[in-house]
Amino acid sequence: MIGNFPYFAVILLIGCGIYILMFQKNLIKLAIGINLIENGINLFLITLGYRKGAIAPIYTQAPSGQAMVLPTPQALTLTSIVIGVATSALILSMAMMIYKHYGTIEVNEVRRLRG
Amino acid sequence: MNLFNHTPILILAVPLLTAFLIPIIGKINKKTTGILATLALGLSLIMTIVLAAKVLSVGPQVYVFGEKSSLLTLPSGLKFPIRIMFQIDAMGIFMGLITALVSFLGAVYSLAFLDNKDKIDSYYSLLLLLTVSMFGMEFTGDLFNFFVFLEIASMASVSLICYRGADLGEPVEAGFKYMVVSSISALMVLFAVGIFYGEYDVLNIAAIASVVKYSQLDKIALGILVSVLAMKAGAVPMHMWTPDAYSEAPAPITMILVAASQASLYAIFRIVFSMYNITLNTLAVGWIIIILGLLSMFIGVTMAIIQKDIKRLMAYHAISQTGYMLLGVGVGLAVLANPEALKDYGITAMEGGIFHIMNHAMYKGLLFLTAGALFFRTGTRDLNKMGGLAHYMKYTTIFFIIGAAAIAGLPPFNGFASKLLIYESVYKFNPLLSIIAMVVSILTLASFVKVFHSAFLGPKLPQFKEVKEVPRSMVFAMAVLSCIIIFFGLFPDLIVKNLVHPAVMSLIEQLQYTGTVLGGM
Repeated sequence: MIGNFPYFAVILLIGCGIYILMFQKNLIKLAIGINLIENGINLFLITLGYRKGAIAPIYTQAPSGQAMVLPTPQALTLTSIVIGVATSALILSMAMMIYKHYGTIEVNEVRRLRG
Repeated sequence: MNLFNHTPILILAVPLLTAFLIPIIGKINKKTTGILATLALGLSLIMTIVLAAKVLSVGPQVYVFGEKSSLLTLPSGLKFPIRIMFQIDAMGIFMGLITALVSFLGAVYSLAFLDNKDKIDSYYSLLLLLTVSMFGMEFTGDLFNFFVFLEIASMASVSLICYRGADLGEPVEAGFKYMVVSSISALMVLFAVGIFYGEYDVLNIAAIASVVKYSQLDKIALGILVSVLAMKAGAVPMHMWTPDAYSEAPAPITMILVAASQASLYAIFRIVFSMYNITLNTLAVGWIIIILGLLSMFIGVTMAIIQKDIKRLMAYHAISQTGYMLLGVGVGLAVLANPEALKDYGITAMEGGIFHIMNHAMYKGLLFLTAGALFFRTGTRDLNKMGGLAHYMKYTTIFFIIGAAAIAGLPPFNGFASKLLIYESVYKFNPLLSIIAMVVSILTLASFVKVFHSAFLGPKLPQFKEVKEVPRSMVFAMAVLSCIIIFFGLFPDLIVKNLVHPAVMSLIEQLQYTGTVLGGM
């Protein structure tokens, strides 16, 4: 049960993110929602690679016979974090430009494209 | 060292390195950046054709990164692949050809189209990155690598959609919508990748395909992947970003965005056919894809009829045409487990669907380019403000007629060839589907007659007295696309037999794809 705790945190984070994306009207909050989903998924990947009582997967410094956590999910997470930084930067800069042109960042008022 | 063995990576490496070279050269001379980008894309087009000849004559190619020999998929003593690799089969190279051609012509068209010359270097740099990521999505044999290329594609395309955002609000609004949609879909793809990794400890598509069991978790992963990739491809319940993004992006970028959406569509087919194949409940999943296709077809075209903005109208048609591809391939999937029906009409339906991908990229690209040409000369996209332009823009008018006839499925243009394949075969599966497809085709013709009438026909208008034919590079790009459309329409058998049929067979026969990595087990 206690071992499944990280997965509940993953569900909570992704759920919060999706809730924010569906019901919040502020563009900055939407960016926060996307970040929450991303963190949930990063946590999910890291948890997949976790082994109880294992050490960090540094091959040259490990004592022999000691179990290691899986290195691949960590590599995936690192890549995903880097991509996430770029996405957040882009999305926030666009929110800034929208504020410059429309004078607001409320979703209901940024509606020139329709039909 | 034989350079020929390295064509798969060179196709990506040349535009990628040029993309990072261009900002430096742009510091010295902005004008050369466009020519440089066009040369790089031309080179990668030539290499794609060379690779296509090799794939179609020899068989699927693999390219393993970081190994002594690029063909060594299984390092000694291992039963599963651990390295990132490109796996290029007939379907992948089919999509690669579309990408190479469309992005090359887009770059040629942009040479004259761009008016804002200060930001021209960042434009070409992003265009090259977008092309690279599309190639990557189509060639890669690794699910996580696919996610990375998907993210690069969304970032590059968002920045290109916002290209005019410094002066206008609307492109940024469209870009924001697209960014939210594409980052959610990419993150959900990553979630599905995590599920596969947790279950099978592998990330290679072929390796997953050899062990996939269609358990509860696999069903969840399939649901996530199909729905988010359908969202990226612009199928109907998730289509809200498509008209905004397509209409606000510069015209050549819209043409490339169509090909980028099709790369996501390709990923759906790759996952459903190459990864799951007959382990899944083909009839149920097939019907889901068919229904997605029907909704896209019908809602797309009905929304298109009422539009007044020419590019927005064409964007809704792009949604509608995506429906045809989903319909054709969905019928093929629905009868995948039934060898007799598959032989009787399933393969033909899939040929129609896959052939339509290429045809759509060509004629929809041409139509968006003509819309861009109208915008370039008149400065408006509103159909009510245009009129009588056939007097001033003769070539554009002819190209528009060719594109409109092709999208409506009139012979002898390429739209007719693929739509006929779909009608015939889908009729045998379920007559109603075929009838809906024909009705949609008629509605398509109706709305393009409206565009033709309000933009090109009528008396000369005084406000367009200055309008003349567009510059040569734009005419060149449109002329090439028109020639391809007519060629495909006149000799559809040639294309279907040599290019489309191998692509369909490599989707249907899972072993053709997995065998190249796992040694035909």
